[in-house]
Amino acid sequence: MSVTPLIRTENLEVRAGKRRLIHDISLEICPGEILTIIGPNGAGKSTLLKALIGAIPVDDGRIVRRDGLRIGYTPQIVQLEKTIPIPVKRFLTLAGRVGAVARREVIAQTNIEGLLESQMANLSGGELQRVLLARALLRQPDLLILDEPTQGLDQPAETQFYRLISMVREQTGCGIVMVSHDLHVVMAESDRVICLNGHVCCSGEPAVVSEAPEYKAMFGARAALAPYQHHHDHSHEHHEHV
Amino acid sequence: MSELLLKALIAGGVIAIAAAPLGCLVVWRRMAYFGDATSHAGLLGIVLGTALGINLSLGVALLAALMAIAVTVATRRGRYAVDTILGVFAHSALAIGLVAAALVPGVRLDVEQTLIGDILFLTWDEIIFMAVGGAVILLVILWRWRDLLNATLHPDLMVAEGGKIILDRLFLTLTLALFVALAMKLIGVLLITAMLILPAAAARPVARSPEAMVGLSMMIGLMSVVAGIWFSWTTDAPAGPSIVVISALCFVLSNLGSRLRA
Repeated sequence: MSVTPLIRTENLEVRAGKRRLIHDISLEICPGEILTIIGPNGAGKSTLLKALIGAIPVDDGRIVRRDGLRIGYTPQIVQLEKTIPIPVKRFLTLAGRVGAVARREVIAQTNIEGLLESQMANLSGGELQRVLLARALLRQPDLLILDEPTQGLDQPAETQFYRLISMVREQTGCGIVMVSHDLHVVMAESDRVICLNGHVCCSGEPAVVSEAPEYKAMFGARAALAPYQHHHDHSHEHHEHV
Repeated sequence: MSELLLKALIAGGVIAIAAAPLGCLVVWRRMAYFGDATSHAGLLGIVLGTALGINLSLGVALLAALMAIAVTVATRRGRYAVDTILGVFAHSALAIGLVAAALVPGVRLDVEQTLIGDILFLTWDEIIFMAVGGAVILLVILWRWRDLLNATLHPDLMVAEGGKIILDRLFLTLTLALFVALAMKLIGVLLITAMLILPAAAARPVARSPEAMVGLSMMIGLMSVVAGIWFSWTTDAPAGPSIVVISALCFVLSNLGSRLRA
């Protein structure tokens, strides 16, 4: 059985002037799949995400989105404008019209009931990440694109956040692309990890990437990839991809 | 009430109301210098409008819009910090306007009136133009409000949800250019940005939501207009600067107040 990818890139290239920010990126994401992108600073991780959401023009290659694809996007929390006074409640309504039931569900799922009246600017990193995720989920996306969703989280909060992501995938079946700022910790449920440095250095399951010579060459022998593990008693369908 | 005073109050009120949502957006998006650049270009608009014999407001709106587009394009290149480019544009536009006012034949410009405005020279036609223009600004902003807020919080947030960044910039800069054309006569080239950002900045410490901030800055703007015009009427001080002085007082008070409460 073949599944139509939510989004697919073919030899994607984005330039800034003459400099190639990313090039020869070919990837696809299917429903229910988690893709984690890692790479050093300046590797083009955010550029790739921006290209996927259509925020920057593609200079070469192409991006194919499934018809009617709904994207839920969370930007990096440090890039959110903090001078605007806005309570969480209002921020959520900016996602557009959402039914009351769906809204309650998402709020419960992301555990942000207690934050609704708070100002966005006063939230902690973990709270802000959950609020951003809630807003992205309100759009009932087919594809979630998360830019550094664990930035500003300590270890327990990060673990919790990954658990939440995993739950979201099971409940909604959406595809998830995320950039990890931490090279050593990626979500164990990632179906694939892409190690990016302008181009795709190596990719595969977390365990495979951590053993790849390209990965070791880039981050050094000591930078063993440590997929975050947590107990789960279910199984996922795995699709075959190139 | 004298007709002169009535006209001044109506014009001031229209400008204060139109300024509120625009001013909040300018404050949130750190565009204060952008306001300066567009309004300073208005001076050249007046000079050229006079020389070519076209409607002055049209001349101002055109030049302000051109400036807005030029600035938007120029700030996309990375060689200078954004505030440097905006400073260069704003001050150059002012200087070029002043030089042109002196050199372009057939232009007899009251420079002081252009720089700080003159509320006494308003005609009913101009006030109707201001009211219609103000209504256009409010309608455009109301129509685009969700996208404007999303793009303020994070441009990519709007894009990912299907918005177009170019449209966002276009509507914001064009409404700003229109505002410059409306406020020019009343408040003068130099203080247009003040009319935008002071009430919004004064509202910020008290506001708990974007809409509350717009509402509050509208009230502060209206109060400044009434108090400023009254002050100008009784003391013969220029009206535009008087209005801005009241707004500045509101800014100080609201910041002091929120400090004391904290």
